[in-house]
Amino acid sequence: MTTATRLFGSAIKRREDPRFITGKGTYVDDVKLPGTTHAVFVRSPHAHARIKSVNTAKAKSAPGIVAVFTGQDVQTGPLPCAWLLPGIKIPPRPVLAQGKVRYVGEPVAIVIAESAYAAKDAAELVDVQYEPLPAVVDCQKAHAKSASQLFDDVPENQSFDWSIGDKAKTDDAFKAAAVVVKQRLVNQRLITNAIEPRACAASYAPATGDLTLWVTSQNPHVARLLIAAFVLGMPEHKMRVIAPDVGGGFGSKIPVYNEEVAVCWASKALGRPVKWTAERRESFLTDAHGRDHLTEAEMAFDRSGKILGFRVATHANLGAYLSTMGSLVPSYLYGPLLSGVYTIPAIFCRVWGVLTNTAPTDALRGAGRPEATYMIERLMDLAARTLNMDPVELRKKNFIPADKFPYQTPVAFVYDSGNYGPALDKALEMVGYRKMREEQEKARKNGQYLGIGLSTYIEACGPAPSSVAGALGAQAGLWESALLRVHPTGMVTVFTGSHSHGQGHETTFAQLVADDLGIPMEQVEVVHGDTGSVPFGMGTYGSRSAAVGGSAIYTSLQKIKEKGRKIAAHLLEAAEGDLLYEGGKWSVKGSPDRAKAFGEVALMAYLAHNLPQGMEPGLEVTSFYDPVNFTFPFGTHIAVVEVDPETGHVKILRYVAVDDVGKVINPMIVDGMVHGGITHGVGQALWEWGAYDDQGQLLSATMMDYALPKADQLPSYETARTVTPSPVNPIGVKGAGETGTIASTPAIANAVLDALAPFGVTHIDLPLTPSRIWQAVKAAKK
Amino acid sequence: MYPAQFEYHSPASVQEAISLLGRLKDDAKLLAGGHSLIPMMKLRLAQPKHVIDIRKIPGLSGIKEDGGAIAIGALTTHYAVESSSLLKQKCALLTETAGTIGDPQVRNMGTVGGSLAHADPAADYPAAAIALGAEVVAEGPKGKRTIKVDDFFKGLLTTALQPDEILVEIRIPSWPVGTGMAYMKFPHPASRFAVVGVAAVVTADGKKVGVGITGAGTKAVRAKGVEAALSGKTLDAAAIKAAAEARSPQQGFLANEFSWR
Ligand SMILES: Cc1cc2nc3c(=O)[nH]c(=O)nc-3n(C[C@H](O)[C@H](O)[C@H](O)COP(=O)(O)OP(=O)(O)OC[C@H]3O[C@@H](n4cnc5c(N)ncnc54)[C@H](O)[C@@H]3O)c2cc1C
Repeated sequence: MTTATRLFGSAIKRREDPRFITGKGTYVDDVKLPGTTHAVFVRSPHAHARIKSVNTAKAKSAPGIVAVFTGQDVQTGPLPCAWLLPGIKIPPRPVLAQGKVRYVGEPVAIVIAESAYAAKDAAELVDVQYEPLPAVVDCQKAHAKSASQLFDDVPENQSFDWSIGDKAKTDDAFKAAAVVVKQRLVNQRLITNAIEPRACAASYAPATGDLTLWVTSQNPHVARLLIAAFVLGMPEHKMRVIAPDVGGGFGSKIPVYNEEVAVCWASKALGRPVKWTAERRESFLTDAHGRDHLTEAEMAFDRSGKILGFRVATHANLGAYLSTMGSLVPSYLYGPLLSGVYTIPAIFCRVWGVLTNTAPTDALRGAGRPEATYMIERLMDLAARTLNMDPVELRKKNFIPADKFPYQTPVAFVYDSGNYGPALDKALEMVGYRKMREEQEKARKNGQYLGIGLSTYIEACGPAPSSVAGALGAQAGLWESALLRVHPTGMVTVFTGSHSHGQGHETTFAQLVADDLGIPMEQVEVVHGDTGSVPFGMGTYGSRSAAVGGSAIYTSLQKIKEKGRKIAAHLLEAAEGDLLYEGGKWSVKGSPDRAKAFGEVALMAYLAHNLPQGMEPGLEVTSFYDPVNFTFPFGTHIAVVEVDPETGHVKILRYVAVDDVGKVINPMIVDGMVHGGITHGVGQALWEWGAYDDQGQLLSATMMDYALPKADQLPSYETARTVTPSPVNPIGVKGAGETGTIASTPAIANAVLDALAPFGVTHIDLPLTPSRIWQAVKAAKK
Repeated sequence: MYPAQFEYHSPASVQEAISLLGRLKDDAKLLAGGHSLIPMMKLRLAQPKHVIDIRKIPGLSGIKEDGGAIAIGALTTHYAVESSSLLKQKCALLTETAGTIGDPQVRNMGTVGGSLAHADPAADYPAAAIALGAEVVAEGPKGKRTIKVDDFFKGLLTTALQPDEILVEIRIPSWPVGTGMAYMKFPHPASRFAVVGVAAVVTADGKKVGVGITGAGTKAVRAKGVEAALSGKTLDAAAIKAAAEARSPQQGFLANEFSWR
């Protein structure tokens, strides 16, 4: 094949889309099993209370009811936290509340009936008596001696006190600094809002002891391991987890949740299938939330604008319990990002993980990395103002030079490859930076406030070498699996341990395989999300599917071709070294007619009539690929906004994104990721906020209150790419799932604050709502 | 989202609906576009035992001129208002207002009568209805009565309608040719309801002025101070500024109730 028609790099339409857009997908709620019962959870209306009594008698006699179980019935292991930091306290998180409730929405009882309606009606009849206790929702306030304590044995509600970097060296850097910028920054709590609510359906077969769980999971094997081995205490091989079509995850479908275990337990107890699908309000209340950091950040500079040091102290709100990856997100996915794209000689970061009476937090698109990037990029702009430098110049001055890769940061990471200048220059050119600045000047004279905001970001994708993860506290490996099964007809089924919940793996991975084998894409099928057919895999998060899952597939492809070449050489009576694989066939160099097509070789592998001596029949390979490093995509995003100081309204006029995600398998899918990612981050900058009141009631618990971005609030994005292949994996890809989200929040925030510069406003906390902007302008005018 | 059980009724006439209301009393709710009622039922904030669907009653929707006024049937959808050529010509304020409501799905289902009867403090029509000096026609067991819009909104989600009355029509008095009208709204980014919405109607000679405000309090109100400050004035920048400052302080704005936004 010529390069022009290579499948790798082609914008091929997603093969899964016809199924999705015609409503023919199979989601968990579509799973219809004979004899299914329906579950509804009775949830705590209090953020913090002692349970005095639970009376289920009335509910149990309601029409259509099958069973009601409370925490007294459902005795299992606690839900696990899978990342252990030094000295971490992980108070037990029961499947159903035991004695106390600690956040609004915490499940207290499971009500099971013949229909969801009957279950819902009966749930209202469960009489729970509570003795309310003082609630604490702010993680800084919770981290005080006087604060109401969630657990007797967790003083000051502190789960961990974690740090990274060199404190002494950093303190010295600040002593030597000419300029220090300092800011208290809030990364507000966000709620994920995947379009498909969480759902689970469990079916236990008493005759065989087999348990099957259909669940909205990003990582079905991990869910199986944790639920079977650690929570239910049943043999892992007797449990099968299927994550069929899943409508978005964004991190919220990584953790193991109460409801998933409860339906498994109940199905076992009842010998009937039990199904639960979250109502949207339950999604708001109980899906793992994201972000929620309060940070004191300061950066030290010399007189010329060179960064000398960076010091960060963060309170991270973990919620009422530690979610599966709750401890990882604000520690190792956060601190090691603090070098950004800059040469920073000394960094020190301390994080207190604090428990509060709120929903547990976990990964949310970017997970730790947006928090870090927002902080770095806000400080860079504050510094540019203090130093009276253009924010572009300040950034360029501090970029890690292109010849310094691989680059060791002072906070653990070794960046694989990078070339930051060209991405910035391209973005500046696209936006017309100089001209934009002139227009801004002119507009200001006319009482119009334009703002230009940059963010030059780094992202860490494709976690991670398993040995490193283990050393840092992971209770799992971070490799990926790929089983390639070549059928006798030359058709190929790929079983990947990655999981697609919107990413388009069925297309991208088929492209990768068809490209490498030189066969039509139609001959390749991708299977994922079923522990019954896919080898143990780690799932999808951290933009790792292409870099790690793709590399696993690539590894299997090479092994398939190795065996195929042996068979072809044998059939052609040629030396292996004389064969060439091209266009889906092996041919003898110099005599292209002497060839064996991929399909012929596959057939012979199964007929086994004429194989090289000692060779096993069949053509199928499983690989487990363990990456040697993370990958580090980067880029520059520039937002141009107009702020109306009279109303506080922000209008995004332009948005330019230049990303470097390494090699690109399907540019259309990557563009889609970038667009969605930018939008997600704009949401954090301007609108989204999972706001609790002081009593721990969630104020933004419906779509009418929680402001997700909408198409008509956004401009048409202008995107481009530079390509710096990653040297750490065989396909040169980096990852594109989260770059947009990481980059866009600071770009928008910097643009808004740039617009407000004439008023002397230097900082406003996220989200930059009209009322906050209006008040800041009003206060500054005084 | 699973509402509680209810019985569904589909009366064929206003009289039948009224007698159902009279019989079922507080246990019943009328259903029009359903875009306020059904969400509340799904959240189980409302659990009516009986739902009386009035959508199949003939004659309750449509926009027509009627004795100098414009009469809009209660079941007329927001979309029908938004796209009415009669209103565009004679009362563009209403088409403009309707066009800012929610999104196309909401506008194709929601009704004028439902919106006014529901009296959401952030709904859009109430501001326009006040500015225009509209009248609401209610029909009950004793027949029809007309309620001035200033007497209609009583408080948070409450109106002058009696439990056994149905809002059948809204009437807009005619304004002279050349009257200027506008609706300005600051939408909530999530729901698109008005954080604040202001409707203003000013005749060409500046003598007659109507200003309604929604979203800022527990109910929509007439901005009497602003009206007084504007009427009879030449509307230059200074006059407008002075009028804006003359907004009545007693209007009980929902100060900071939603400050987290
Ligand atoms: C996503 C979303 C966004 C929205 N955004 C906006 C917005 O931006 N601005 C805005 O103004 N509105 C908005 N709405 C509300 C929408 O306009 C509703 O349609 C309207 O408030 C109610 O009208 P309805 O016909 O749907 O009434 P229903 O929901 O059917 O009824 C509402 C209430 O009025 C009563 N009722 C209905 N008709 C009558 C009648 N003829 N006589 C007596 N009582 C009656 C019902 O019993 C019920 O109590 C939004 C709604 C949604 C779901």
